This record gives sequence, C-alpha cells and structure tokens, in this order.
Amino acid sequence: MGLFLKHFVFFITIVLCFACKQERLKLTEIQANRVEIDSTHPQIDSINTFVAPYRNRINTVLDSTLTYAPKTLTKDDGALNSSAGNLMADIVWSEANPVFNKRTNKNIDFVLLNHGGIRAIISEGNVSARTAYQVMPFENTIVVVELSGDSVLELAHYLAKSQRAHPIAQFQLILDQNNDINTIRIQGEKFNKNHNYYVATSNYLVSGGDNMNFFKNALSITETDYLIRNAMIDYFKKVDTLKAKIDNRFIKLPQS
Amino acid sequence: MKRRTFIKNTTSTALFTGLGTLTSCTKATKKHITILHTNDVHSHIDVFPKDHSRYPNLGGLARRASLVEAIRKENKNTLLFDAGDFFQGTPYFNFYGGELEIKLMSMLKYDAVTIGNHDFDNGIDGLYAQLPHANFELLSANYDFRNTIMNGRTKSHSIFTVDGIKIGVYGLGIELDGLVSQKLSKETQYLDPLELAQDTEKHLKLTEQCDLVICLSHLGYQYENSNKPDDIKLATNSAYTDLIIGGHTHTFLDKPTVLKNKMGKDVLVNQVGCYGINLGRIDFYFEPLTTSAVGVSIRV
Repeated sequence: MGLFLKHFVFFITIVLCFACKQERLKLTEIQANRVEIDSTHPQIDSINTFVAPYRNRINTVLDSTLTYAPKTLTKDDGALNSSAGNLMADIVWSEANPVFNKRTNKNIDFVLLNHGGIRAIISEGNVSARTAYQVMPFENTIVVVELSGDSVLELAHYLAKSQRAHPIAQFQLILDQNNDINTIRIQGEKFNKNHNYYVATSNYLVSGGDNMNFFKNALSITETDYLIRNAMIDYFKKVDTLKAKIDNRFIKLPQS
Repeated sequence: MKRRTFIKNTTSTALFTGLGTLTSCTKATKKHITILHTNDVHSHIDVFPKDHSRYPNLGGLARRASLVEAIRKENKNTLLFDAGDFFQGTPYFNFYGGELEIKLMSMLKYDAVTIGNHDFDNGIDGLYAQLPHANFELLSANYDFRNTIMNGRTKSHSIFTVDGIKIGVYGLGIELDGLVSQKLSKETQYLDPLELAQDTEKHLKLTEQCDLVICLSHLGYQYENSNKPDDIKLATNSAYTDLIIGGHTHTFLDKPTVLKNKMGKDVLVNQVGCYGINLGRIDFYFEPLTTSAVGVSIRV
C-alpha cells in the first residue's frame, strides 16, 4: 500500500510537470491602436494639483509684458531673410557684442544662426518672456568663432547653396541669377579674404548642427555662456516695440 | 504509523495541488499583455490651448494619466514605456530642469524609457540629477556611460515578467555627434545601434527565453541616407525583436508599420508623433502551444 502510494505520488508529479510544460504559450494575436489624448479623457485632479504650484510660478515670471510687436514676425515671410530671423540675429549682435568686447577687447563682426532654430512666431501684440521661450526653447548659448577669410567664404557658399533664410546680421550676401555670390559685405565693408572675422553663432551650430562644417576650421572659439533666449529677454526689456522687418541683407538679384 | 500518515498527507496534498495546478493550467489558456507607449513628449505637461493652430485642446498629462489608469483597470497586465526626449520644449523644463517631467512619469508608473538626444540638454549631470525622482528604468544598449557620472545608472535591457510572460526590453539611442555637444554628453560613447540591437535581442530571446522582445528606439523612423541607422533598417536587420517603439522624428503613424525581419518573421515599428498628443497601445495575446492557431494574426 505504502509502495503504491509512493508510486502514485511520483506518477502524479510526473503528469503535473508534463501538463505544465505543455503550458508554454505562443504569441497568436497582436492588435494595435493609436489613442488620441483629447477632451474625452478626464483630467486626474491629483495630477493637476501636483502641477499647479510649478505652473503658477512659471506663469508669474513669464506673462508680464516686456515689449510690443506691431505686427506678427515669422521666419517664413521672406525668401532669403525674414522678419523673425533678422530680429534674432540683430539681438544676438546687439546683446552679445558688449559681453564679448568686455572679455576680449574685440568685436563681433557678424552673426549667423540657423533657420530651424526659430521654433515659433512672434504674434502681433504684447510680447513677454514666454514669447522668448516659445521662439527659443533650447538652452543654446552664444558662441563667438574666429574664422579665416577662406572659412567665411565657405560660409557664404553654404548660405548660397542652402537657399534658406538662415538668420544673419552685419553680414550682407547678394546672389546673382545663378545663385553665385555677387557681393559679400561685413559691417557694411567689402569682404576681405585675407582678414579673420569674429562670428557670433549658437553653440549648437559650432558643435556640428545643421552641417555648418566651416565652423570646424575655427581659429578660436569663445563661449559667452549667454543663452540666446536670455539675450532676447534682455532686449525685450530695453525696447518698447519690435520693429524688425525683411530687408536686403540676404537677397538674390532680380532678373535684369 | 507516523510514516503512513505522512504519506497519506503527502498524497492528498499532491492530489489537491495537482488538481489546483491543473485547473489553473487550463484556466489560463489565453494571456493578454498590453503595451502602452509615448515618445518625444518634450516636457508637454499641460493641454494645448483651445486656439492652438495644430493641436487645439489636445494632449495633457492629467488626461494621459486617466487613460493609462483606465487601461490598467481593463488589463492589469500592462506596461508603459517612453522612447526618449521627455525633456525640453516648455518652460517646465527650463525652470525645473526636468524634475517635474520625471516625477510625473513616476506617478504614471512608467516601467522603462530610453534616452533621447534632448535628454542631454542639461548635460549628463542634469539628467543624473533627476534620477532620484525616477521610479522606472533607463535603458540604452548603445550608449556607453562607463566614464561618466551615469555609470551604472542605466541598463542595456530589462526583463519584465507579467502574468508569467517574459518581456525583454532594450533601448537604443541616436548618434550624438551633430545633435548633442560634447560639453553636454561628456565621455558618453555612442556605439553602433544595429550591432548592439542584434546582440541584445539574441540574448533576450535565446539566453533569457523571453516570450516578447521590445526595443525602445530613439533612432528615428526612416532616413534616406543608407548609412544612417533608423527603425526601418533596425527592423529588417533584426531576428528576434517583436516590436520597435520609436521616437526622434516626431512621426505620426496611424498604425504600426509591419515589416519582415531577416528571419522572415513580422516585426512592428510604431511611433505616435510627439508632445503627448497620442498614446500608442499594442495588445499581445498568447495561447497554449497546443492551440490550432497558426502564426500570428496582426490587426492594425
């Protein structure tokens, strides 16, 4: 009897192990859905309560009016230069040059930013620090790069080839009908190939962003640690209206 | 006599256990795992304004929380993942350095995330500083953090056992050159993602015997440049990955792209846009090996 029971236990165990081995599953069906997060999904109060103090602090800081835009500024209102781009590049020059000059006794010759770096329009009406966060959400700093004349020429060719309104300031580039370079002026003076120039730009571009490879041949690099966004906010605090518009800093000559 | 009682007890216990096991074996014929995912949320915590030109009244973390909660109620065997770039894009990040994003993701019970290029925006130290708030895993198989402060704080992969189903998950990050300055990423080494993917999926499937293998990828959906790794190339080069949850390119896919891997098996690539506008949901059903079902039916 005892022996039988022992065997029985043993047998059961074997059967069970076997049964459960069979339990191994296989994937038979996959179903996919994309669920849009719209107003049909209620907001969880505890989350909103948790976020509220963070949100309130931000709103207090960001929503006080600093300046005024008489009309909407965008990066797409001109072919090769734009109102928003010109504003940004001009701000970088006017705000960063005193900083750079104080540290190095030298001056920024011109500014180059990238079209993609402008992330929002500046709507007509009151302009606040929030506007600066929308236009420039990234923590990009202003960097001054010393370039040889050859590198500046490469920079001009890059702009000519890109056919995009990359923001520039204190730099004029005129293309002919074939998109070849007709004129380069820096601070209103004719470009001198034997001269080195100080170019203010974004640290993003110096580190290889947008394939602006001419920055790889930098003769010197000065990191100002000045956020582009903070330069914008500082500028907004100084002026009562934003008067930026499209001009002739980067143009293509019309059909003659 | 004593011995007899022991055997008797053993027998009845064995019988009882046996019956119990058998019942549970037959009961759990079909298993259901739900995978939820986001990508490129970029610090979007609030609902977009009603007058927003592209995403009016969409998104919002408090809504995502209720949706995730409802799905978890429906199926407790649910995992929640993010494919990177949870940082950068609203003042919440600029003001608080990502603290709020990470805390909220922990409140939503994210299980794992991979690291996007913008997650380096406050430097590797900025990311490290937020780790104490993270109750989820950071997965990256191809970022080598050994010479950085992040050393030991990420894993190449992780295995989640849900309702007895083993789910292996690994992460992949995009090339940092040209996207993240070295000042921010410091000594982080970017390694070939396609190579690391193959090693990791093989390990998860063959060594660890995972039932499902999922990749969290911040490589981007697809590039014309044949040398630039993307999720499509990753999928067709893979052998054991079932699902690639993508990010970086902010691609709004209506439904996952189904491709054949190099073994001729189906692999899904999904990406749900950006800014927390959508939640991706993939349901996986498992049946006993004895089922008559042949292959995997994919309904997308």
